[in-house]
Amino acid sequence: MSSSATDPDAGLPAQTSKAGTALWLSVLRIAGALAIPVVAFFAMWATFDFLRSEDANRVIVVLVAVVVGVFGVFFLYWGMNKAVDLLPFRYREGVRPWIFVGPCLVILSVFLVYPVINTILISLKDAFGQEFVGLDNYRFVFSDDSMLRSIRNTLGWIVIVPLFATVIGLVYATLADKLRRGEAVAKSLIFLPLAISFVGASVTWKLIYSFRPAGFGSNIGLLNGVMQGLGQDPVAWIQLRPWNNLFLMVIMIWMQVGFAMVVLSAAIKSVPDEIVEAARIDGASEWQVFRRILIPSILPTIVVVVTYMVINAMKVFDIVFVFGNAEADETEVIAERMLRWFFISANQGRGAAIAVVLFVAIVPVMIWNIRRFREEESIR
Amino acid sequence: MSVAELEERSGAAVTAPSRAVGVGERRRASWFVRITVLVIVVLWIIPTLGVLITSFRPEDLTNSTGWWTALAHPFRVGEWTFENYRTALSQEGFGNSFLNSLAVAIPSTVIPITIAAFAAYAFSWMEFRGRYVLFVVVVGLLVVPLQMSLIPILRLYTQGATLGPFRVFPDLDLNGTFLGIWLAHAGFGLPLATYLLANYIRSLPSSIIESARIDGADHFTIFWRLIVPLSVPALAAFAIFQFLWVWNDLLVAYVLLGGTVETRVLTISLANLVGSRGESWHLLTAAAFITMVVPLIVFFALQKYFVRGLTAGSVKG
Repeated sequence: MSSSATDPDAGLPAQTSKAGTALWLSVLRIAGALAIPVVAFFAMWATFDFLRSEDANRVIVVLVAVVVGVFGVFFLYWGMNKAVDLLPFRYREGVRPWIFVGPCLVILSVFLVYPVINTILISLKDAFGQEFVGLDNYRFVFSDDSMLRSIRNTLGWIVIVPLFATVIGLVYATLADKLRRGEAVAKSLIFLPLAISFVGASVTWKLIYSFRPAGFGSNIGLLNGVMQGLGQDPVAWIQLRPWNNLFLMVIMIWMQVGFAMVVLSAAIKSVPDEIVEAARIDGASEWQVFRRILIPSILPTIVVVVTYMVINAMKVFDIVFVFGNAEADETEVIAERMLRWFFISANQGRGAAIAVVLFVAIVPVMIWNIRRFREEESIR
Repeated sequence: MSVAELEERSGAAVTAPSRAVGVGERRRASWFVRITVLVIVVLWIIPTLGVLITSFRPEDLTNSTGWWTALAHPFRVGEWTFENYRTALSQEGFGNSFLNSLAVAIPSTVIPITIAAFAAYAFSWMEFRGRYVLFVVVVGLLVVPLQMSLIPILRLYTQGATLGPFRVFPDLDLNGTFLGIWLAHAGFGLPLATYLLANYIRSLPSSIIESARIDGADHFTIFWRLIVPLSVPALAAFAIFQFLWVWNDLLVAYVLLGGTVETRVLTISLANLVGSRGESWHLLTAAAFITMVVPLIVFFALQKYFVRGLTAGSVKG
């Protein structure tokens, strides 16, 4: 332990004043907090630059990437911790916490804090993010036909998807709970769509809605197969305004019912059996037990499920994007418009303004959601 | 449970026989319940089943008949083929995309977990000024939807950042690199990871940590030898949530990684295929199934953690 003042590494005179110590301590803290991310970042960057210039085999690139990404971060923490051990004793425990939290704070500042401020600024600027244009972009958001439709459609998404997904999930959870055998299998089959991507789910349902006009081959979509089986003409479901919005919402409902089912099922199981049995003994019908006992007991959980789905529905983008042609089909949603304007039409100002609108809409729901989550946690 | 059963039995014994029937009804699900459950299950697996069956049918058959017709004669020769998967993996580049998806998803899971675990330990068991305020800020960042971050991050990656005349972030051309997307995913995943892990790590008994300190262990040793092994359930739940989130993500990959043949991930390739060959259902279904394989394996192998991770992930912004 080389904590004596004669330690040459420290480079400090023995009679350092208190203020000097404090200053050194803060400098060391900041340096420590910044060191890992900066060193890690440049080491990785150098590796990639090398790989890019070497034009290496794909499998090797991927392997190196994974190894560097996985082990790199850990070894940098380890190295920085060793570096702290070399510091004079009185600084060590003051600096060490900042080695631990520093990288987290730096990454969050760069990837979340700075972007929020920057996006708000860009939303007041022109398409290239150069000149200020006042509130023009916001005027656009609330006057453009396509934007207004996207707001209308998103409102539809945040009402219909949570409503149906929660109701179906609740009914299913209640029914599956009564099964003597096969409850686990029955549940996992409903839960399965939650594991796949929105893109995969969209392709899956695109096949169901598939439509070919007369002369372009036979109809292989399940829905039009049913229509033809019933002796009807095939329908171009995805062009069928305004119902096509509902058909797209079905995809998200299909995916999210599993979530509602699992969470609500756990809540139902935690309702004390005594209460339910007491009601039954008093002559309550199954429906009354469900309506008067189960629902009120699990209401807080239902609220959590609904807010979660509202947030997800607000941010829905992939489904509409994969089905393409949102403007012609009038199926635009806010998150999809944001990408359309910012990335495809290269208009940063408008894209940022749409993002800010989305942000403002999500924040209250999110705060409510986190608060509920914390309450649930504290009960547990 | 046994208490409840006991009470139920005694209840059934002392009340009228007609009510005992009601109790019996609950034990054996009625036909109505069974049939409703069966109908919903069938409805729910039909879409996936359609994709799976179509992906194994030859091109001419998928184009002329619906996939359900294959169910009528499932063992006919010439009805099934692996050709679609072969074409998708090699010609359409899904093999390469599969590798890219792994290269994106694995570090994008490990990096935020490592960073969050260290931070969560510090927030829970280390003394430093501002620790409560900083933790609240981290949790507060849960409300930021990632759409708010995309434009500035893309700008950082393509042109760096300047503050007046000073360059505060160098122009590193990170756009379209794995490193760029790892860091972005790390940033988006960190608030939730830190929050969940801190909740978990804080709830570990302080006695074991104090006794380790008395035995002379430093923070790093305590973290690595004690906290990490004890936190495996929380780490696994978040890891599965984050891995699937990144694997299934289209938006971040689309903006920051792009659609070049070399770097594109599975979701991008699939979305592109929908655009370029939207009516080649034999290929689309095979490609869609390739994107689903890993999530399905994770789902079946790690269902317990999977459910826990997804419910915990419900507060991701």
